[in-house]
Amino acid sequence: MVKIRFKLDGAFVEVEAKPYQTLFNVLKDHLGTQSVHFGCGQGACGACMVLVNGKPRYSCLTLAGYVDGKEVVTLAGLAQDGELTPIQRAFIENNAAQCGYCMPGMILTAKALLDKSSKPSDEEIFDALSGNLCRCTGYVPIVRAIKTLVR
Amino acid sequence: MAQFSVLGKPLVNVQLYGHVTGTTQYIDDISFPGMLWIKAVRSPVPRGVIKKIDTEDAERLPGVVKIITAKDVPNNLHVNMAVVGIGPPDEPVLPDKEVNYKGEVICLVVARDEETALKATQLVNVEIEELPPVLDMEEALKPSSPKIKPWNSNTFTFGSGMDGATPPGGQGRPYFLIKRGNVDEAFKKARHIVEGSYLVPPIEHAPIEPHVCVVKPEADGKLTIYTATQAPYFVRDNVATILNMPPSKIRVVSPAVGGGFGGKVDPEFEMMVAVAAVTVKKPVKWRWTREEEFTVSTTRPAVKIEIQDAISGDGLILGRKARLLHDAGAYSRTSPYGVIKACFNLSGPYHIPNVEYRGYCVFTNRQPSSAMRGYGVFEVSFAVELQMEKNAKTIGMDPFEFRFKNAYRNNQISASGKLIDDAYIIETMKEAAALAGINLPAHLLSMSSQG
Amino acid sequence: MAKIRGRGIAAINYPTGMNLGGDPSQVVIFAQPDGKFVVSVASVELGQGLRTALAQVAAEAIGIDPEQIEVKFGDTEAAPHDTGTFASRTTHRMSNAIFAASQEIKKIILDVASKILETTPSDLEIRESKVYVKGVPDKFVTVQEVVNKAQFVYNTPVVGKGLYVKPKSPVDPDTGEADPHSTMAHGCTIVDVEIDTETGMLTVTDVYTVYEVGRVVNRNFVEGQIIGGLVMGLGAALTETVYPRYPSLEYQTTSFQEYVLPTAGDIPRINYKIIENPTSTNVFGIKGVGEMVVNSIAPAIANAVFNAIGVQITELPITPEKILKALAEKKKNTPR
Repeated sequence: MVKIRFKLDGAFVEVEAKPYQTLFNVLKDHLGTQSVHFGCGQGACGACMVLVNGKPRYSCLTLAGYVDGKEVVTLAGLAQDGELTPIQRAFIENNAAQCGYCMPGMILTAKALLDKSSKPSDEEIFDALSGNLCRCTGYVPIVRAIKTLVR
Repeated sequence: MAQFSVLGKPLVNVQLYGHVTGTTQYIDDISFPGMLWIKAVRSPVPRGVIKKIDTEDAERLPGVVKIITAKDVPNNLHVNMAVVGIGPPDEPVLPDKEVNYKGEVICLVVARDEETALKATQLVNVEIEELPPVLDMEEALKPSSPKIKPWNSNTFTFGSGMDGATPPGGQGRPYFLIKRGNVDEAFKKARHIVEGSYLVPPIEHAPIEPHVCVVKPEADGKLTIYTATQAPYFVRDNVATILNMPPSKIRVVSPAVGGGFGGKVDPEFEMMVAVAAVTVKKPVKWRWTREEEFTVSTTRPAVKIEIQDAISGDGLILGRKARLLHDAGAYSRTSPYGVIKACFNLSGPYHIPNVEYRGYCVFTNRQPSSAMRGYGVFEVSFAVELQMEKNAKTIGMDPFEFRFKNAYRNNQISASGKLIDDAYIIETMKEAAALAGINLPAHLLSMSSQG
Repeated sequence: MAKIRGRGIAAINYPTGMNLGGDPSQVVIFAQPDGKFVVSVASVELGQGLRTALAQVAAEAIGIDPEQIEVKFGDTEAAPHDTGTFASRTTHRMSNAIFAASQEIKKIILDVASKILETTPSDLEIRESKVYVKGVPDKFVTVQEVVNKAQFVYNTPVVGKGLYVKPKSPVDPDTGEADPHSTMAHGCTIVDVEIDTETGMLTVTDVYTVYEVGRVVNRNFVEGQIIGGLVMGLGAALTETVYPRYPSLEYQTTSFQEYVLPTAGDIPRINYKIIENPTSTNVFGIKGVGEMVVNSIAPAIANAVFNAIGVQITELPITPEKILKALAEKKKNTPR
């Protein structure tokens, strides 16, 4: 067993996990985190995405031990004091979700992209989203939502 | 145009607040104290006879609570479509004699956590005597093919009351039949006869949320089934029959579902989780892997459609013959319903006065197929629209013109004898052409669905 | 390396409701004392927007603000029997059932309001969450006050129930004669494609697509179905199958790495239009939308390929391999 101490959505947590357990497994089945979703466990759909020190990662492909001493932010950790972030508001205004299951990956990928560059090109948006699968929306409203935030 | 005060307004989807904050609750978020996990031992071969299931080593693994086999299922028959009159039921919940598709569940491991359950499945020894599988639909129809159904054929019998459509007592056939007018006469009168053969292979719904189910035995002997389903009452009725429990003792709850697309209509696994829960008397959870979604969960059927059209000198389809083969996979599920629905749509949005359509529901040793978005009609629309294109090309007519001429209009009668009163394909095509900047000739623009 | 362009069309229709009917939908509506109405259905919110759409239907049917409505769904102990959320049936059947339940609710509201306003129910109308005396805009009582007084002063429960079913049609076993569906919706899609003759790669550049949906309940949701369905159809047309060597089981896909779905960068330019042609089989004219939106793009693409290269590829998915084979076959069959 390894002891892992990290910051999760603004609060410190300490867990004990087997060395081969994934971050997803720890977040979901040990800590009951509702804002990561099991989509494939194969690193393709992005429903399990989190930000680790600001960078998007598939939690299903991340060993839990990797986040020791780091900061993990899930979709639920974005809104501060109940105030939705501009990205979240843009997704609502542009009807950018249907079943909602892919949202952790879509929104965190969008946030990481816009944190890195405030004026991403269409190609950069498509590239960033290429690791996020959605079966409901056909992506158009998601891209539309992100583009409203491009200055 | 009617004036509505609320209908038609683009209100914001109230679910979005939960979705963008990660607070929408899905079945995977449901958990209870003492909850156990299920993993399945699955058949490695597409067809065979089960000789032995040895669970001793698996049972000894610390953390394993119970191995569930066929003998633990009170009423070991899926009854999915019996509620709509389709039968006979041909699929066990857990097989004890034979397996009919690669991945078919043989037994379930119930354990304290997912990892232990998975380890235990690898310790279960199953001996299966392999048999040659039937995989090709045309081969399956041949008299020489091995028969994989207990009624000694590879087709479903339509026409005699077991298909959820026709009354009992009729002549049973290996195909569903639609016949109107006189196709032979039409083919004799034709200037052109155009044939085509079209194939759509199995396609997977792949919602981002896989199948997930938690069954909780309640203190008063009832069961609560939390499952990502599109049809809660289907689950309730099926589980009740399989567990020999009155439906009134079963409650099914399905809050937000992460996409269905027809893949969560058949109760595929809730009854297995329910059997486990009732046997171990604890809450039990089963979350399918993405591999299981692709290799075992229902898919769109593979459908092969052969069409022959008899076309007049002025470009009207006088008659159509069609032969449709629908790959049900190993078990019926909703396939008989899908075949019938498909056949009713083989004329497309066109007026064809003489038709003969035969739809076969063919069994093969692959994962069972079932409903997927556009059930029965996705494949038919593909075939019909390619056929229309081929027709137009053969007789040298513009593809839009050919469709306009043959489009159905109100007060015509469909292939199933129904009076058409909601025809609108002509107007829809006009709008699409306008959107694409195509200037249709005046004689087409003057046509309408009113006649 | 040459790029060939082609254009293809597909015209489709699609039935609303479970094939042959016999699929009842039921609803119960009750009002809480603060004026909130609970609409309880056993339908399931899959992402299609049911929770909001059915609230709009109930609001329209009763004459109140959709904010006053809570749609409760997916619990067999909270709602009466509904066949299920599939076959493009829910909005059509449930809105008919909700209308019937709403008529019962309205009768109760008008009865109680007539006592409060000291007039007859036929003199009253419900709109904008108020019960007005017809023709007298300043004589009204709020629906909230009516349902509160109904329960605490007039001892009248404010509950409505509704059931809608298209009766199951018999089928003649020798002719297939039957009444298979409530109504047909329609679609027509035109696509422009570009094919690289060296690699066989096909790109859909533009899609023009029109859907006739009877009546629009909420444009956002119809758009959601059109775009989402188009992309699902795009995947089916170009890359998706679990058995790439069907009917063989070889190479059966086991992951998203093998079973390729479109991603955000694969989407063509989409021009769409929604048109209405109300059906007489629904109180508001609504037809089912959610399924037919997948069905038009694959044949349109196949027809565009036919237009571009003169060979018809009749088997999905239309992979680069199939296009290259078709181009080679065309070359072989073309006389010099």
